Amino acid sequence: MAIGVKVMKRPTSEVSYVRATLKGMALTFKHIFRAPVTMQYPEEKSTTEWSLSPRWRGTHRMLTDEQGRSKCVACGLCPQICPANCIKLVPGEDEEGNRYPLIYEIDEFRCVFCGYCQEVCPEEAIHVGVHYENSEYSRDRFVYDLERLSAQTHPVSALWDPADPRGE
Amino acid sequence: MTPDLKGFILVSVIKILVIFVITLVGVAYMTLLERWVSAWMQDRFGPNRVGPKGLLQPIADGIKNIAKEETLPGGANKILFILAPALAFMPAMMMSGVIPWAAPVPVHFDFSLPWLGRFSHEGLMPIQVANLPIGFLWVLAIGSTGVYGIALAGWSSNNKYSLLGGIRASAQMVSYEVAMGMSLIPVLLLVGNVTFAAIVASQQQGLWFILPLFMSFFLFAVAGFAETNRAPFDLPEAESELVAGYHTEYSSFKFSMFFIAEYANLMTFCAMLTTLFFGGWDVPFTSWDQTPGLLQTIATGLAMFLKVTFGIFVVMWVRWTLPRFRYDQLMATGWKFMLPVALGYIVVMTLAIFAIDRLLPGLSGRIHQLLLFGVNLGLGYVTFFLADRGFVISGSSRHALPSTLEGASGARGQG
Repeated sequence: MAIGVKVMKRPTSEVSYVRATLKGMALTFKHIFRAPVTMQYPEEKSTTEWSLSPRWRGTHRMLTDEQGRSKCVACGLCPQICPANCIKLVPGEDEEGNRYPLIYEIDEFRCVFCGYCQEVCPEEAIHVGVHYENSEYSRDRFVYDLERLSAQTHPVSALWDPADPRGE
Repeated sequence: MTPDLKGFILVSVIKILVIFVITLVGVAYMTLLERWVSAWMQDRFGPNRVGPKGLLQPIADGIKNIAKEETLPGGANKILFILAPALAFMPAMMMSGVIPWAAPVPVHFDFSLPWLGRFSHEGLMPIQVANLPIGFLWVLAIGSTGVYGIALAGWSSNNKYSLLGGIRASAQMVSYEVAMGMSLIPVLLLVGNVTFAAIVASQQQGLWFILPLFMSFFLFAVAGFAETNRAPFDLPEAESELVAGYHTEYSSFKFSMFFIAEYANLMTFCAMLTTLFFGGWDVPFTSWDQTPGLLQTIATGLAMFLKVTFGIFVVMWVRWTLPRFRYDQLMATGWKFMLPVALGYIVVMTLAIFAIDRLLPGLSGRIHQLLLFGVNLGLGYVTFFLADRGFVISGSSRHALPSTLEGASGARGQG
């Protein structure tokens, strides 16, 4: 070697190439009879070894009340706290003085899935969801409007609880 | 033309077509087996989507490769670039022509066709394309021309990675060819003939040659790994340093040709290993397969198939176990270990055979070979337990021993 590489002395009993090879081959042969650890994804989506954490923060979901109206009162806290500035909210007010969102859109491409919107929401309306299959054929389908957010059915994230940091 | 000659040509053409098709189908399914073996050893499933259990995967791969775009690099030497895959493919197909795949089968026919006239065939037909008198020398000779395809592919691509891959391939194949040829000389000492038929017959009478010629088997197997560019000797296409080595610039079916050539070489290598050291098409522990007949041919063909498949499995097993050699380790192993050991083994075996013939004349073949097996046990112990102390493959260059480094450390600081 042109450049001096420091070579450490090895114990002579452990430098046999042929015997080390046989040892390695015995190891790989043992693995042939082991059950594969791969999950067959599209057929099985959740196994005992592998399932989504209840704290998973995926695409959003808006909860609704008994009449099917969204719980959102258009207080404006979520666009205020959103670090990625991905929530567009235009508030409206009906004859009884109840505030509701005229436009509520979340750009899922801009979203960083921090979960602050769910944490800050006083009405427990907007949530991040335990969900990950989001493919679409067009980019503008990733701006979720109020109707679409309300139509989601997947479970909502449990978020991190400071009182129970390890989820026990 | 006489009816006999026409019959011979007819039979030969059929044999060539059958073996060509079997080779291509075998290669396709070897790629599937390779992926399965790698998956099993890594606790995965492997291909299981296309067809039942993934059995149609090779067909999907083939269609994909044909449908892909063919690229021609701007600075490439056009003629050689197109010629190189063919030069790699042809020897790979020609090599298996002398391998006997099963016991000879008696074939009798005598018929006439309009325009072509009378065809006739009488007697035993060997299940090999050509029963050449030069036997395994043909495989060695044609096998070494396969390097042209790889070297020219590397050079004509006008790409530094391809060129390095081509140079590595030629250096490696030339180095290991020497040891490979030398490792087969003890087989000649025992058989006295280079034809595969004589070698198989000799093993049917005595023991399989893996016992009396174990070191020969070991050297031939290691050299064969290097000749077929299989891991741990796959430096010509070392993807971690050379992208894809000599076939970096190839796409579509030209790439497939290199791929088919590699696997066909592997198949021929395993068939040759089987024929030389595992009794060829011999069904072990029986002698009824030595009388010619259709049933015997089928049974021996099956035995050959199982032996070759097992050999292929072992080659894949090694590939998914061992890391690749460094270039200096490759050269040091080839010239400083394989060649001297092969030469020494020839001397020792010559002396051992001479001594046994002189001291104990008139021994039966089996006892004679058992005595040689004893000699091999001793040699194996010396090689694998006494000599194998960081010498067969050294951890780092043997020039850079710690003692020389300590003295040179001051100079290194200035340099």
